[in-house]
Amino acid sequence: MTELADRTWTAVCPLERIQRERPVGALVAGEPVAVVRTHDDRVFALHNVDPFSGASVLARGIVGDVGGRPVIASPLFKQHFALEDGRCLEDADVAVATYPVRVVDGVVQIGSQ
Amino acid sequence: MRTVVVVGHGMVGHRFVESLRRRDDVGDWRVVVLAEESRPAYDRVALSSYLSTASAADLALADEEFLADDLVDLHLDDRAVALDRDARVVTTAGGRRVSYDELVLATGSVPFVPPVPGHDLDDVFVYRTLDDLDALREAAGHATARAGAGRRAGVVVGGGLLGLEAADALRTLGLVPHVVEMAPRLMPVQVDEGGGALLRRLVGELGLRVHTGVSTSSIARDHRGGLTVTLSDGSELDASVVVFSAGIRPADGLAREIGLPVAERGGVLVDGRCRTQDEHIWAIGEVAAVEGRTYGLVAPGYAMAEVVADRLTGGDARFTEADMSTKLKLLGVDVASFGDAHAVSAGALEVRLDDPVAGAYSKLVVTDDGRTLLGGVLVGDASGYEILRGFLGETLPGDPMALIAPAGDGVAAVGIEALPDSAQICSCNAVTKGVLVEAIRSGEASTVPELKACTRAGATCGSCVPTLGKVLTACGVEVSTALCEHFAQSRAELYEIVMATGLRTFSAIVESYGRGRGCDVCKPAVASMLATLAGGHVLDGEQATLQDTNDHFLANLQRNGTYSVVPRLPGGEVSGEGLIVIGEIARDFGLYTKITGGQRIDMFGARVEQLPAIWRRLVDAGFESGHAYGKSLRTVKSCVGTDWCRYGVQDSVSLAVALELRYRGLRSPHKLKSGVSGCARECAEARSKDFGVIATETGWNLYVGGNGGFTPRHAELLASDLDTVTLVRTIDRFLMFYVRTADRLQRTAPWVESLEGGLDHLREVIMEDSLGICASLDEQMARHVADYADEWAAVLEDPAKLERFTSFVNAPGAPDPSVEFVDHRGHRVPAGMKDGQPTSVAELGFGPRIPLRSELEVGV
Ligand code: SRM
Ligand SMILES: Cc1cc2nc3c(=O)[nH]c(=O)nc-3n(C[C@H](O)[C@H](O)[C@H](O)COP(=O)(O)OP(=O)(O)OC[C@H]3O[C@@H](n4cnc5c(N)ncnc54)[C@H](O)[C@@H]3O)c2cc1C
Ligand code: SF4
Ligand code: FES
Repeated sequence: MTELADRTWTAVCPLERIQRERPVGALVAGEPVAVVRTHDDRVFALHNVDPFSGASVLARGIVGDVGGRPVIASPLFKQHFALEDGRCLEDADVAVATYPVRVVDGVVQIGSQ
Repeated sequence: MRTVVVVGHGMVGHRFVESLRRRDDVGDWRVVVLAEESRPAYDRVALSSYLSTASAADLALADEEFLADDLVDLHLDDRAVALDRDARVVTTAGGRRVSYDELVLATGSVPFVPPVPGHDLDDVFVYRTLDDLDALREAAGHATARAGAGRRAGVVVGGGLLGLEAADALRTLGLVPHVVEMAPRLMPVQVDEGGGALLRRLVGELGLRVHTGVSTSSIARDHRGGLTVTLSDGSELDASVVVFSAGIRPADGLAREIGLPVAERGGVLVDGRCRTQDEHIWAIGEVAAVEGRTYGLVAPGYAMAEVVADRLTGGDARFTEADMSTKLKLLGVDVASFGDAHAVSAGALEVRLDDPVAGAYSKLVVTDDGRTLLGGVLVGDASGYEILRGFLGETLPGDPMALIAPAGDGVAAVGIEALPDSAQICSCNAVTKGVLVEAIRSGEASTVPELKACTRAGATCGSCVPTLGKVLTACGVEVSTALCEHFAQSRAELYEIVMATGLRTFSAIVESYGRGRGCDVCKPAVASMLATLAGGHVLDGEQATLQDTNDHFLANLQRNGTYSVVPRLPGGEVSGEGLIVIGEIARDFGLYTKITGGQRIDMFGARVEQLPAIWRRLVDAGFESGHAYGKSLRTVKSCVGTDWCRYGVQDSVSLAVALELRYRGLRSPHKLKSGVSGCARECAEARSKDFGVIATETGWNLYVGGNGGFTPRHAELLASDLDTVTLVRTIDRFLMFYVRTADRLQRTAPWVESLEGGLDHLREVIMEDSLGICASLDEQMARHVADYADEWAAVLEDPAKLERFTSFVNAPGAPDPSVEFVDHRGHRVPAGMKDGQPTSVAELGFGPRIPLRSELEVGV
């Protein structure tokens, strides 16, 4: 946990800008990131590139749950990625990177790796 | 090579030739068919539909392959008039002389016309052939067109199965139908007194005037040119037409003339091989009296055809017993009669249940110990027919009375499990439950269509199709209808719930009727329901979170994350000015432009943040969204029709434009496509569409349930010669009924196929309002039409919605750096194509597998 202090945090937007279950895209240190606010106001960040197509589109997927795990579905070929760890539910070998998120004074911040 | 001559090209004669050609793979036999009628064989069983929805072509049984077969000579319009047994030669009315090795008589029956005075007047008809119906239609047309107030009446002599069908036909032709039956009840052959009484009440409620226990004494021309029918009780009926349907007589004249034995009540006597006393002459179908008994139904005739075809190819088949069950849906009233319906077997007992309030009468005939089923009659509610028929001659699973108890406890509760393996499920094709179960157990079939394909069950009249589904379920093949893990309901059930409860947000619906938070399956499905039930913009409030990315950005996602834009071009029409605007936009935004397969123009490669600017220019030039992205109406393709085409009989473009504007934006279970052709040449390919319209001289024919795509299917004729108002109303209801009841992502073709009762049922629901929902369907469509607004323009006017059209919330103007284009054939396409194939994503620079976070952390 020590590396936490070394992170750079990028402020993305006020939490209120993100509708629940309607993610937005953000640029964090030059990388496209999908920022998801769930129905119970938890916020997750995943790399925006869909590993199956290479297109930067995850933020445009539908948010929901599969077997109780919160997920986002890729809009291209509909694979599901767990919000918590980025793992693909259909193919255990595949995952997208996830990023730490915090909300400070109502503003969403994303930590770089 | 030997020659077999078939006299008569009716249903059975045709089946014989087909069967012989199928079995005779070495080409041993040449077949000569002599046919009295001017048309090749057609489906006489479905004759009545010729007056409502079917064309002669729809009823045809002989396909092109048959007609082109070198080994079959079909001579139409040439009646066989004489037989020479010794020389083995047939002579026809046209003077043709044909030698035969074997002769098959398949001349069917002729309607019996009792010799009452006036039976030979004009406007007096029989009901057997397409020509009869043409003549009847013409006379009814004159009658209804004649000046003077009041509806015209028609009288049918005979209240049997065919008489009722003829009465229904008169009703279709716009006449008030009267039925005169000598016996004390309708359908005296099939139903008993109790069933007859209920039947009379039910058809009476539907507009039939029934006169039983009286006969027709005379028919006379009245002074106004109509007919007066006098009955045996002295009463008189005014009629424009009279139809005799007083039974049939086997057409056994040829056999009689050469002294072949005939049965007491007519019919050429044959043995179990269907052979007459002359070893080279056979008889099949209605003209044959097998062991002295004639059959007036098609299934036994088909069985005889198979027997003779088998014999001529070296087999030893015999005609054993025939299933004389009948089930019909006349004027919307269910009647079924099977086995020994009149309890004539020795010691037979009858068990009856008469429920006049519910309008249902059931009777079972059982052996004296009450355990074996011998027959039965069901009127009003024949839903137990398929299962009960399976028990014929078998031990019943319980008390017979319990079996006919009102729904819930009766047959439905016994279920298919109790049926023995020997029970025949499909009588048209003689398929038993055992054969079906075997096909399922062996893994050969796990759906109804697969069962149809591998056993032929359900492939003829279709009445056993519902039972096939039950056999599947009984074998444990679970066909779950649950929408997804969040909703146990099917889409149709959920639609009902949403409609009835008035819940209008996904959150409320999933909380009350589902579980979890939903997913990419149920959310778009509910979004579609809310679009037709609640209206409003698809990106309003919570609805926005339910939309698939295409609906979310009102454009179509492409493989590199960009979108394509398709403006609506109603009917495929576009002005030169319009083309210039599209051209300018494509040029200015660098969009790849292509004419689509759907008669419009698609512009590809727009980034999210460019979409509103593109729409602005389109909307300003009068264009609107083409909904290429939605599960909704796509295009109504049209041909040029009367505007330009020398063959056009109607204005197909105007209708296509009107339909496209009416249904634009309608959200549905899957996409909807349509087409309108200006004449039967069908240049708009309307029959490959979900609903297609083809112009006729006098109106429009409506076809439904077609598509191209993965499983192409031609649309089927739903109704013909409709005027424009009726056409549009029928389409309205078709679409709304589909919207309400189809499965998710089920196009109209599989939906129509899945409807129990098929096209007939669909017709009853949307044209005769059998479910009483038409007013509500109409109202829902009226609301859709009134509430329509262009989705693009609405976004342009709403800053909150516009704000969403960015790639990055913290860098609104920044384009997505991953989007790159290359030149291909002089056009701009997404980067990452090599030899026409997308290159592996690795070369795009993002890595096909992004390492797990834990791996990243290890690296830190
Ligand atoms: C653009 C177009 C191809 C073209 O360049 O010509 C096209 C493109 C797509 N078609 Fe199509 N179809 C296009 C005409 C057709 C046609 C021809 C027609 O409409 O006459 C058919 C066969 C006719 C039919 O649908 O019955 C057709 C049958 C399909 C199918 C198979 C549907 C089926 O029932 O089997 C799909 C897959 C699906 O919808 O699930 C599909 C899906 C698609 C999708 C939406 C696939 C996707 O998700 O990316 C494509 C994206 C459209 C886009 O980006 O704009 N497209 N597609 C055509 C757009 C027509 C228009 O103006 O709206
Ligand atoms: C309105 C209607 C509804 C029906 N509904 C049902 C139903 O629901 N279920 C059911 O099972 N059955 C039904 N039937 C009965 C069914 O149509 C017949 O059982 C079936 O058509 C008999 O076939 P067939 O080939 O023996 O006779 P047909 O189909 O009558 O064919 C005989 C053909 O032979 C021709 N012919 C006669 N004499 C000669 C000759 N000398 N030379 C050349 N050609 C000749 C005739 O013109 C005719 O075309 C219905 C019949 C009608 C009219
Ligand atoms: S369908 Fe008929 S009217 Fe239309 S273009 Fe073709 S030939 Fe002409
Ligand atoms: S009973 Fe007619 S198709 Fe099965």
